[in-house]
Amino acid sequence: MIQQGTWVTIRCQILDASERAAGIPTDTAATPFMLWVKGTLLADAEIGQEVRVRTATGREEAGVLAEAETAYPVGYGAFVPELSGIGPQARALLFGGGEDA
Amino acid sequence: MHNPKDTSCAAVMARKNEILLAASGIDFAKFESGSIAFDYEGMLRSTGYTFDEVRRVQALCGVGNTPLLELRNISALARKLAPVGMGARIFIKDEAANPSGSFKDRRAATAVYHAKRAGFSGVLAATSGNYGAAVASQAARQGLKCIVVQECYDSRRMGQPEILEKARKCEAYGAEVLQCTVGPELFYIALRLLEDTGYFSASLYSPFGVTGVETLGYELVQQCMELAGRMPDAVVCTHAGGGNITGTGRGLLRANCNAQLIGASVNLSGLHMASDGAFNRKSFTTGHTGFGIPFATWPDRSDVPRSGARSLRYMDRYVTVNQGEVFYMTELLASLEGLERGPAGNTSLAAAFHIAQSMPEDAILVVQETEYTGAGKHPLPQLSFARQNGIGLRLGDPAEEVPGESIILPEHPSLVRARDVDIVKMRTSLLRNALQYAKQEPTEVDIAFLAEDTKTSAEWVRETLRALTVERNK
Repeated sequence: MIQQGTWVTIRCQILDASERAAGIPTDTAATPFMLWVKGTLLADAEIGQEVRVRTATGREEAGVLAEAETAYPVGYGAFVPELSGIGPQARALLFGGGEDA
Repeated sequence: MHNPKDTSCAAVMARKNEILLAASGIDFAKFESGSIAFDYEGMLRSTGYTFDEVRRVQALCGVGNTPLLELRNISALARKLAPVGMGARIFIKDEAANPSGSFKDRRAATAVYHAKRAGFSGVLAATSGNYGAAVASQAARQGLKCIVVQECYDSRRMGQPEILEKARKCEAYGAEVLQCTVGPELFYIALRLLEDTGYFSASLYSPFGVTGVETLGYELVQQCMELAGRMPDAVVCTHAGGGNITGTGRGLLRANCNAQLIGASVNLSGLHMASDGAFNRKSFTTGHTGFGIPFATWPDRSDVPRSGARSLRYMDRYVTVNQGEVFYMTELLASLEGLERGPAGNTSLAAAFHIAQSMPEDAILVVQETEYTGAGKHPLPQLSFARQNGIGLRLGDPAEEVPGESIILPEHPSLVRARDVDIVKMRTSLLRNALQYAKQEPTEVDIAFLAEDTKTSAEWVRETLRALTVERNK
């Protein structure tokens, strides 16, 4: 149970696949148009239930409860070995230092 | 969303002009001539803010007066790769020093200031890029509410780390962020919200979005005079929707600078911008040819009836670079100059590195922006994400890069290339689109307008229109 007052993300289906704009690529046209928005949950609910939230600007929005206290997923990703030689090679070209450039 | 009116997509789209008039206060119809031409300068002046007032507002908002830095090591490396006597001095305008970390603050500052003065309680912007953060930051400073609508996810709810970072940043400034799946229906959401909330529409393509950038062009000339004692010979701008190059070009002219103005975009040819499947197969969400070419060749495709961003009026040359080259230059900027910035904003830097090699040593080339970097918005997360999405990443010759399939980091700096796009073809394409738009034969006023819109002459426009009419009647 997610408690009223929790900061949550809801999912709203805005358009069904059959209602999508004309002229869009077929892969996009085969999917519904969705949006996600965050807000304070207005009544206790379970994930997957239809709920109402109060957003950051004070609007009320309805949708399906997607998750509670959504974390920001951004970070620095995995190590990318292809990047690690770029700086050393350029410095060697510019200042010398025995790199095979 | 509560609205007593019909909120179906078709009904809202049919009320588009009425909604935008209420949300911007700009009556675009006032500037129309009835055919192709419209009063462009009149529309830009309609904001009611002169150039000096824009500068004053930006200063008040903590925007602008960013440093111009000489990239001595990157210039020296370019010189090593150039023929003897060649290799221009490269300077960069450190726009990351603006409050939200990009030149977009210039575009947002006057719009938000104006919204507040006009009595709006909030502002809305539809963008996945830095502009959303800029509007949110300015709204925070000026005490207005802010909504940002992003094209963010594919149908699996997978989003580029760069866009997710922008959402985080907007929320950090107190904005409400709506994250949509791929598709033009985002505009429907934006219109619906404008109607519901009565907020100001801070469109990137409004006159505010363009006049705010004039200060950038003007400042860089002044700073170049102070630092190097002369005007720049060329200025490179990352080009997408056209506001950056339009505003910068106007600022250069205001400073009496006739530097060659070069637009640069990341080459994403072959990827459809509204494709769910292609959405996460590109590593750049702006500054790419998917916006750069359509918006240059028909500016009035934006979210305002007439766009203030008209790049071909000011652009002298247009080049593309590949994704791998921009990531590479982002690494060089950090490791040779101690400036961790970008990556997307370094599109113009990648082009400049190659272009400088064909300019004399004493020439000056200005790269007119940097942007902030950080978690999500950095070569590491963006390239890991690309790899996760099946993009082949390797060192090699970036000329072999295929957008949506591979990203090739140059194995040597000599492989960074700016590739020219035929600008005459782009100008011709603008005329072709104008003919399609016109319900009648172009008038003399239209011809003069098109000559300005393409930075050409009435003779060239007449001749090209004749050839296009023959082509059409075939």
